[in-house]
Amino acid sequence: MIEAFPPGLVLILGSLIIPLVHKRLQPMVAVALPVVGFAQLLLMAPGVSHQLVLFDYELTVVRVDRLSLVFGYIFYLAAFLSAFYALHVKDSVQHVAAMIYVGSAVGAVFAGDLITLFVYWEITAISSVFLIWSSRTEAAYRSGLRYLVIQVGSGVLLLAGVIVHAANTASIDFGKLIGDDGLLSTASPGVVLIFLAFGVKSAFPFLHNWLQDAYPDGTVTGTVFLSAFTTKLAIYALARGFPGTEILVPMGVVMTLFPVFYAVIENDLRKVLAYSLNNQLGYMVVGIGIGTALSLNGTTSHAFAHILYKALLFMTMGAVLYRTGTTKATELGGLYKSMPITTTCCIIAAASISGFPFFSGFVTKSMVISEVEHLHLTWIFLGLLVASAGVMEHSGIKIPFFAFFAHDSGIRVKEAPWNMLVAMVAGAFLCVAIGLYPAPLYDILPFQDVDYEPYTVAHVLTSLQLLIFAILAFAVLMRTGIYPPEKRGVNLDFDWTYRKALPALIGWISARGGGVLEHLYASASKQLDRAYRLIYHLHGPKGVFARTWTTGAIAFWAVLGLLGFLLLYFWGR
Amino acid sequence: MSDEKKHWLDERRNVDRIYWGLVIVCVILGVADLLAHRHAYFSWEGLPNFYGFFGFAAFWCIVIAGKKLRRFLWRPEDYYD
Repeated sequence: MIEAFPPGLVLILGSLIIPLVHKRLQPMVAVALPVVGFAQLLLMAPGVSHQLVLFDYELTVVRVDRLSLVFGYIFYLAAFLSAFYALHVKDSVQHVAAMIYVGSAVGAVFAGDLITLFVYWEITAISSVFLIWSSRTEAAYRSGLRYLVIQVGSGVLLLAGVIVHAANTASIDFGKLIGDDGLLSTASPGVVLIFLAFGVKSAFPFLHNWLQDAYPDGTVTGTVFLSAFTTKLAIYALARGFPGTEILVPMGVVMTLFPVFYAVIENDLRKVLAYSLNNQLGYMVVGIGIGTALSLNGTTSHAFAHILYKALLFMTMGAVLYRTGTTKATELGGLYKSMPITTTCCIIAAASISGFPFFSGFVTKSMVISEVEHLHLTWIFLGLLVASAGVMEHSGIKIPFFAFFAHDSGIRVKEAPWNMLVAMVAGAFLCVAIGLYPAPLYDILPFQDVDYEPYTVAHVLTSLQLLIFAILAFAVLMRTGIYPPEKRGVNLDFDWTYRKALPALIGWISARGGGVLEHLYASASKQLDRAYRLIYHLHGPKGVFARTWTTGAIAFWAVLGLLGFLLLYFWGR
Repeated sequence: MSDEKKHWLDERRNVDRIYWGLVIVCVILGVADLLAHRHAYFSWEGLPNFYGFFGFAAFWCIVIAGKKLRRFLWRPEDYYD
């Protein structure tokens, strides 16, 4: 019976309990819900699916296969660790938002059709913004709004794509959408729109800036949640819909490379992690673009390992933020003296993301890189190697070095709270466990007929050479004073276009356009005002419809709803 | 501060030790490359200690490129306010 219940819904419905219980119990409910969700997944076997007929469409609200199961497992695992990390938080909004967010991400992963996917896709956008707004600062409010516009925009693109695609093919099945030639140029417009929607959420170049803009403004615990779900949901969606899409290979390499340079000069360490997240997504995108069994296994396993070490990195920086009130590299340094456990966990996460042998990144990222090597994609291979040195720079060295070592900032604080420490140590344990013993992870990957052995003499040796010589380069750069000092400030990125250039352009046009824009704006608000007065006149406390308030309101919404369905119906024909 | 426990890394001598330790490890890795047999998919990949030199050079270039980029990209903290 329980396996008939859509996964994810457990958390969305369960989150409704949270506000009803005592404040001290709320975080515990949030810890318990992913456990329940995970238990449900264990009962589900590949092949299970549930249909629901809505008007002319048969929705596959649940479809279980090996790809969705891996993402389901890791989403629940990440949710459990993050919720434990947030055990001290006394803010109902954050707990509810986080659970709805996780639930909808899981729901989306098990969605068998594009309409169900769209619904969950939008819920992740709307619920997650509260994890940013809960910082309750002006900056967080603003970046949260920008985040919401872009995320909902991705949903609108998806919906538009689904409508066009359904009109063309009469199918809303969420399977492989790209043709066998792997070319976007021969794909239908609907498929291209869906691709773009996935691209926004996966932070493709030029569509990426919401990530670095919003994540550093999230709450201490909220950003840990954010780091795990949105982008990896998009990676899952790409892996399902667009495996073997050629353009993804060069695109992925660009994604691994350009954030590296920004990460070098960025002062806010949580923003460095956001750039680093973007770079890690690049490896997964390359794997999807190649589209072979080994590379897709590589993408999936890398997403799995990445969710853990990236959450762990955000946890350690969250702990620093919680204790010191900042994550600016210019203010920090020498924290290893007061936060030794956090420091150790950070170093383990840094080793994992850099792909050091015996840590998780080593056994996952290398699958993608090996496949690039086997296929003799020279430039792609070289690009990924440079990016690997870049990961060593920003996540392997910069994050732990400037927060915990470097010059002693004189800041003396307490070690992180016990619940944060438990979550971090558990995360660090998993990073090492996967690195030392990858077999259980390999066993749950989507393709089982591929053999991959990460621990060969050559692979261990070449990885160590690349990474340790990179560390040596850092040491030389520091000793010679060539390494650029950290500097307060912001670095221009693509968000400049919509935060500076676009407003300036609008200002310029309105200044030169003889007040046309002002006129349009004024007349629009006048019309809105008139409409509002009319509605108030009819529906307000003294209005005609006040006499039939409840029935009137229901009738009004029912008509609106019917109209919506009617439109959908005609579109679908 | 004065009554605080002195940490191992507080001594300049120990930082130097780490630095030279790193150099020694790199030399060992370079020598190991000559002894180990590894299959090269690309001809240049088989050059002695290719990965070591590549890692060093790539890291160096990334940092220098970032430093140069900062000249164009850097703005004061209140730029967007």
